[in-house]
Amino acid sequence: MQPQVSDRTAADGRRTSTDRTSRTLRTRRIIRTHRTSLPGPAGGPWWRSRKAKGLGYAAPTATFVTVFFVLPLLLVGQMSLSDWPLLAGDRGINSPENYTDITDNTLFWPAIRFTLLYTVIVTVVLLGLALLLALLVQESRPGVGFFRTVYFLPGALGLASASLLFWGLYSPTTGPLSALLEGLGLVDDPVSFLGSPTSALLSTVFLIVWKFAGFYMLILLVGLQRIPHEVYEAARMDGADRWQIFRRITLPLLRPSLALTLLLCATGSLLAFDQFFILTKGGPDNSTVTIVQLIYREAFQRLDLGTAAALSIIVLAVLLLLNVLQFRGLRHADES
Amino acid sequence: MGRTAGPRGNAARLGVVTLALIAATGLATACGAGDDGGGGGGGGGGAATADGVDDGTKLTMWTRAATRPQSEALVKAYNASHKNRIELTVIPTDDYQAKVGAAAGSRDLPDLFASDVVFVPNYTSSGLFADLTERVDALPFADDLAQSHIKAGTHEGKKYVVPHTLDLSVLFYNKELYKRAKLDPEKPPATLGEWDEQARAVDALGGGVNGTFFGGNCGGCGVFTWWPSIWAAGEDVLNKDGTKADLSSDTAKKVYETYRGWVKDDIVAPGAREETGTTWTGVFPKGKTGVMPMPSTTLGLMPKDLDLGVAPIPGPDGGKSTFVGGDAIGVSATSESADQAWNFLAWSLGEKAQVDVVAAHKDVVARTDLASNKHSDADPRLVTINELVEHGRTPYALKFGQTFNDPNGPWLTLMRNAVFDDGSSLDKDNEAVTASLAD
Repeated sequence: MQPQVSDRTAADGRRTSTDRTSRTLRTRRIIRTHRTSLPGPAGGPWWRSRKAKGLGYAAPTATFVTVFFVLPLLLVGQMSLSDWPLLAGDRGINSPENYTDITDNTLFWPAIRFTLLYTVIVTVVLLGLALLLALLVQESRPGVGFFRTVYFLPGALGLASASLLFWGLYSPTTGPLSALLEGLGLVDDPVSFLGSPTSALLSTVFLIVWKFAGFYMLILLVGLQRIPHEVYEAARMDGADRWQIFRRITLPLLRPSLALTLLLCATGSLLAFDQFFILTKGGPDNSTVTIVQLIYREAFQRLDLGTAAALSIIVLAVLLLLNVLQFRGLRHADES
Repeated sequence: MGRTAGPRGNAARLGVVTLALIAATGLATACGAGDDGGGGGGGGGGAATADGVDDGTKLTMWTRAATRPQSEALVKAYNASHKNRIELTVIPTDDYQAKVGAAAGSRDLPDLFASDVVFVPNYTSSGLFADLTERVDALPFADDLAQSHIKAGTHEGKKYVVPHTLDLSVLFYNKELYKRAKLDPEKPPATLGEWDEQARAVDALGGGVNGTFFGGNCGGCGVFTWWPSIWAAGEDVLNKDGTKADLSSDTAKKVYETYRGWVKDDIVAPGAREETGTTWTGVFPKGKTGVMPMPSTTLGLMPKDLDLGVAPIPGPDGGKSTFVGGDAIGVSATSESADQAWNFLAWSLGEKAQVDVVAAHKDVVARTDLASNKHSDADPRLVTINELVEHGRTPYALKFGQTFNDPNGPWLTLMRNAVFDDGSSLDKDNEAVTASLAD
């Protein structure tokens, strides 16, 4: 996480600043962040001025953001308005055909429905389990470090590698999982983990939960450990039971961490691609096509960058909207 | 760390989120730059000679994983006997189209690239390959090259590719299981009905033995192994321009019905329903499958102790056909070493390479005049395969990949409805295939 300057500190900063007449708010913030390394009040050559230094500090990030974010975004925008086959290149503006064609795609609405369903399931299961794990390993006792490590370990794996691993495990022809269940007598026939729409979805959710529960546990654990012991002690003195402590103290004080995990998890799930691309390829019977897979398919199966870009722009807009709404909701909850 | 809420936190995180999104969609932009990717150009001037130039140039070449052993063997033999050096990159089969498309957009194609022959028309019409007409015609054996590949690579009268590896769909059957099931191991099925009977007879052995197998979640597998049964009856599945499908004919229905019966009665090995094509050739070599269509390129890779026979894929009432697949190869339009690249292509089609490398690995030769050679004569199965080339077909369609190979495309929907469901949506599904072809 990036260092944050709370509004309170910002106000203090302004008050103690020696020179505050001619600076924009932005430059002032930059200067404030790096105040310790600055020389005294302005004077001397221009490149030693605070303004120049501030710009200097901001330049690398600004360049990075421009080259890797703003320019590609503009290009995607242009693409979305153009007839742009992957193999032949730009053939000029055809707006708004790429956008109007989107709803003709028979997979568009099913993909949106599925992506939302997947996001809800994953977010609920994943955060619930992560919170449970965090509560389990919250106290420092002998051996707890072992469990923390074990829970976190799958998170150290790349998502593509983890997906391939599970693809191998799930495979009815080469995988050991089905044979193992049969050997234990739990099932009679080979299990088709990815064979039906429901089992494919649940198998993928299982992979994601296995992979990310430890990571979210870690974020929540940090949040849990920031809650002062005194609050718990006071509650116990007042005769609160475990459930009351959890409801009235842990949950409210954990809210910032929960908000962060919720946001990360929802956004990540809405952009789900690797796991489905590797495990199911959108199957069986197009039941697990996510919205990003649809973008990939437009670009690299149907070789049409124009419609792929149009879809990307729409997804971008929806994601921005969702995030704004989510922040609004959380802030309201915070204030209440 | 302070509290996570607050206006600046919002903005920063929104930025991160947006960046992540763009990273995902940025795939699309990474390959969009550059001017018109088409056009011939490149190809290094100089007189077109039949042999090309061998002057120690470094050449790059791409191939897909499905035909890796064949490409590797050829490149190894070429590098060992020439001054030019070819650096071969093998790309996962499923990603190959995307990789070529991306490289074409940014003009980063290698000097030589092989392609699944069904995608070649799309590439030639987009100007990805350099014109090889003069060079191909100058070859003394030009007329003996596998014509189905040459035809797929001819666009507006110009030739752009030559055959690289031929991959034919044929039936593999396990002779040992045939014996155990009291079937004659020298009498493979000659009709779809016999195939059905023999698969069921082997399946009845039980104990982990299955009658047959197919990639039921793999459009490319369906094209490769099902269509020959329709062709064997003398019918075609696409019109000449590849813009209209005829996959709901009575013959096609008979083929789907047979497969549907295998699914219903559990004659297929487990996993057919979800087989996306990655492991479908790995089932037969385990020795527990009776009879199934396989790519001829896997013959040389089968376990030595597996007693297997090879037979043509039959139609409902007999006949035989095959899908003449595999890779065709050309010089990319942007290559600056076309003469050197051609040197490899001309050599790879010569008698020495075809017999000592290709045929020696039990693969199908690219020239009909070499169909009978010292290696094939020693293995009657190779003769069966080589002779099939003239009975086989290579379908032609510009929109082949997005219609038939796309895991979310209309053909896979048709396949699965026809075989795992009751097939009642066949006419509607066929229309969807046509719509995609004509897109």
